[in-house]
Amino acid sequence: MMQFIHKYGSPKYFYQWSKGWQRWLTVITLLLLGYGLYQGLFVAPTDYQQGESYRIIFIHVPAAWMSMFVYMSMAVSGIVALVWRIKVAEIVIGECAVIGASFTALALITGMLWGKPMWGTYWVWDARLTSELVLLFLYFGVIALHSAFENPRTGARAAAILAIVGIINIPIIKYSVEWWSTLHQPATVAKFDKPSMHMSMLIPLLVMAFAFKTYFLALLFSRTRSEVLAREKNTSWVKEIMEQES
Amino acid sequence: MQLFYSILYRDLMLAIRRRRELANPLVFFVIVVSLFPLGVSPDQDLLSKMAPGVIWVTALLATLMSMDAMFRSDYDDGSLEQLLLLPGPKILLIGAKITAHWLSIGLPLIVLAPIMSLLLYFPTHAMGSLIITLLISTPILSLLGSVGIALTLSLRSGGILSSLLILPFYIPVLIFSTMAINASVNSLPVSGYYALLGAFLIVSALLIPFAVVAALKVSYN
Amino acid sequence: MKEFFAMGGYAFFVWTSYGIVAFVMIANVFVAKMKCKRIFKELRELSEEA
Repeated sequence: MMQFIHKYGSPKYFYQWSKGWQRWLTVITLLLLGYGLYQGLFVAPTDYQQGESYRIIFIHVPAAWMSMFVYMSMAVSGIVALVWRIKVAEIVIGECAVIGASFTALALITGMLWGKPMWGTYWVWDARLTSELVLLFLYFGVIALHSAFENPRTGARAAAILAIVGIINIPIIKYSVEWWSTLHQPATVAKFDKPSMHMSMLIPLLVMAFAFKTYFLALLFSRTRSEVLAREKNTSWVKEIMEQES
Repeated sequence: MQLFYSILYRDLMLAIRRRRELANPLVFFVIVVSLFPLGVSPDQDLLSKMAPGVIWVTALLATLMSMDAMFRSDYDDGSLEQLLLLPGPKILLIGAKITAHWLSIGLPLIVLAPIMSLLLYFPTHAMGSLIITLLISTPILSLLGSVGIALTLSLRSGGILSSLLILPFYIPVLIFSTMAINASVNSLPVSGYYALLGAFLIVSALLIPFAVVAALKVSYN
Repeated sequence: MKEFFAMGGYAFFVWTSYGIVAFVMIANVFVAKMKCKRIFKELRELSEEA
């Protein structure tokens, strides 16, 4: 286990193995996005309650799922960075924070645009939107702390601690917000609970969710690879790569 | 435990010597609470409805303002580094500092809050719940805040950044406390809320000192 | 086709959502590519100096 982590986490080895992964993930993302969008926009039938506006959920729900998934990835790489001092994991924290914040912002914006035709207002203080908003604040905190330090490694370690404290707190925050919103829910807000989603709607949703996941991984690999090169620019393996390139 | 008491004694003595500085967050609390009637309206119904939220949000902000005092001056004059070198568990040292901070800020807030709540026409029959929620929750505020301040200790503009980091973590405390007070105002059972807050306090008291030790290590790098 | 773009009267909401998501996701990729280029340029200058 230890050897595995150190081997795959060493900057040089990471740079080598991630190249192929990044290429394949990009291809898979494009294929999944194409199929998911086609299924979601053309094939899936109109919803009898919400009309065509429900098609926003094919991007809203995956973005919301990703906002949580990316935070978890960030906290996990935070643990790896703190415990084993893996350089690549330190870089991943900062890159995850930026990508995750953008997913969270997208989930909020699309949620608002979906809410307007459904609820009649852009914003409703319901549990899901409120927890997304709090999650966005948590991402802002990690990004601000990460970039506040002059030494990027110190910044990454500080951000790792914050991310780990955050991951312990997120269930408590989610629970408290849910509880709070059930007490304050205005009666006029219509709920669109759907016990079972029709397959023709579920398939594009799941395909889009996978597409977002592979998109995140491809983007993460790309950003981390550039950052690895930048940090390691004075080492011999980077110089070798540069010589091979030119 | 000897370490705990001696640090606690030292910090409290320092707090008494620096009482003017420590009074600032409390004055801030008083002023901000009295701004609400001026800004919203002196309407009695509206104010009494808003009172729990106003008192609580202002108490959060006042605690955040005071957070800097916990480690800042000890960090600047180097005594924190010496304290961390002391033999014995660092958890106790951190625990003593957090306790001292709560005694010097949380406790005065608990005394001030009921008085200020009268200015907002807060119903007196629910006063007990206001005091009990403050009693359980202000230690949580000190605990959570200490992580933020420890993380940003080596930064020049650490104060504002640490408030930014910590405020989202205060949300559950804010929600549970104000819900408990509102339940008490409406004569509903409140013990469930107290139990939740108490559980939150115990869990944070057990876990947060470790996070603070790790954060201080990063700050000293 | 016209019907498809009208989205049953919800065109504004649906297409703004998809537009913003597409914009942000493409912009993210674009920023990553620019960063990669910048770093390679920097490294090339470094290796030429040496």
